Amino acid sequence: MLLIPCPWCGPRDEAEFHYGGQAHVAYPEEPAALSDEEWARYLFFRDNPKGLFAERWSHAAGCRRWFNAVRDTATNEVHAVYRVGEPRPVIA
Amino acid sequence: MSPGTQGRRTPGADLPDHPDRLWRSAEPRRAYDVVIVGGGGHGLATAYYLAKNHGITDVAVLERGWLAGGNMARNTTIIRSNYLWDESAGIYEHALKLWEGLEEDLGYPLLFSQRGVLNLAHSLQDVRDSVRRVNANRLNGVDAEWLTPEQVKEVCPIVDVSPDVRYPVLGGTYQPRAGIAKHDYVAWGFAKAAADLGVDMIEHCEVTGLDVRDGRVTGVQTTRGPIAAKRVALAAAGHSSVVAGHAGVSLPLQSHPLQALVSELLEPVHPTVVMSNAVHVYVSQAHKGELVMGAGIDAANSYRQRGAFHIIERQMSAALELFPVFARAHVLRTWGGVVDVTPDASPIVGLTPVEDLYVNCGWGTGGFKATPGVGWCFAHTVATGEPHPLNAPFSLERFTTGKLVDEHGAAAVAH
Repeated sequence: MLLIPCPWCGPRDEAEFHYGGQAHVAYPEEPAALSDEEWARYLFFRDNPKGLFAERWSHAAGCRRWFNAVRDTATNEVHAVYRVGEPRPVIA
Repeated sequence: MSPGTQGRRTPGADLPDHPDRLWRSAEPRRAYDVVIVGGGGHGLATAYYLAKNHGITDVAVLERGWLAGGNMARNTTIIRSNYLWDESAGIYEHALKLWEGLEEDLGYPLLFSQRGVLNLAHSLQDVRDSVRRVNANRLNGVDAEWLTPEQVKEVCPIVDVSPDVRYPVLGGTYQPRAGIAKHDYVAWGFAKAAADLGVDMIEHCEVTGLDVRDGRVTGVQTTRGPIAAKRVALAAAGHSSVVAGHAGVSLPLQSHPLQALVSELLEPVHPTVVMSNAVHVYVSQAHKGELVMGAGIDAANSYRQRGAFHIIERQMSAALELFPVFARAHVLRTWGGVVDVTPDASPIVGLTPVEDLYVNCGWGTGGFKATPGVGWCFAHTVATGEPHPLNAPFSLERFTTGKLVDEHGAAAVAH
């Protein structure tokens, strides 16, 4: 069970959150201009690192706001949480 | 033994000798025709069929832990082939037919038990989808029946089919030829048979790099030194993204923990396998007597072989909804494995952009049942350089062409 520090509500149990997958995946600026390979990459391919991963969470049973986190998928340690629109923090 | 002689006896001297080992744990040689990365069920089955069907015996199976200690030791052993689409029915039914002769073929007991699988329907949409799947199965030569709630009760008397529960059972599909097998024995049977044909089983050997020269794979870097290979076949399940990444190949996979649990040992009460997508659990009773149950993945990506307790809590409440008789059973243990999930809930088996590098991954929550079938087809792919007709639809290219094999209906929860 993860203890996730919501940027607004503080540390809360994982059961209160909804997962949103990889963060910072922007919708293509010109979708129609994309090749099939580029479209496939946008639609189906996400990073799957064993290590630091920037991801989206929603505090669904709390403030209901979305935010981003950097978590280590090898240890489940949450290194940072930050608000949507902020850049991914650099983890030493 | 009298007290006076106790001190002079060697402890254990009267015990029988250590039994024969099923396979020899090999030292890595410097080069092989084929290196298989991953010593789980799929890797071992691939090695066996490479040797048996294609005469390729200069093969090493590299396993970073101990043989079949990953998802092969952690699955819920359900075997069935009642998938919706023709492509899935093809490969899963091929696997089921192989299961039906596998004990004889391997010369090893697998406790393969065709006790049938029930997939329950709890809503009108469930009923429509289920009946459609039964019809699709029959067209593909897969045994399938639609059962009324009363017939469900006849097959499995402990299922609560009363109409006044939150999610009443409106019927179910039944595949009589489906069932379970003893997962460890399956791995050991394949490992023994492959080793007997000359395959090297190399344990505690983690692949840390893939050597690629001019777009062609030439070998692997491991924690036990470099090994040259004419062909490399990846069967690394939850770690497929990591291993394929060594060759610059990205795969449309997300790795998640999948949990399961067993109860204490009980008298035989559950004669079949029951799965419910809507109530979200699947349950069988192991030969020894434990109730074995599982459900869905933990939502967040992780390579940790453990998950959150609320997932266990939900799958147990789902089990109680269907089986009130389980209320007094105790959980003996829970565990997790790391599964690699694709966008369309179908596997990826075939070629990669790197020549002589082949990939078998993306089986998500349901790879065990396919073990012999995918071993057969992946061995063909590696041996001939072309996909077997049964795994051709499961190419990596399908995510670009859009020709997905969407099995979420048959697979998303209960795979």
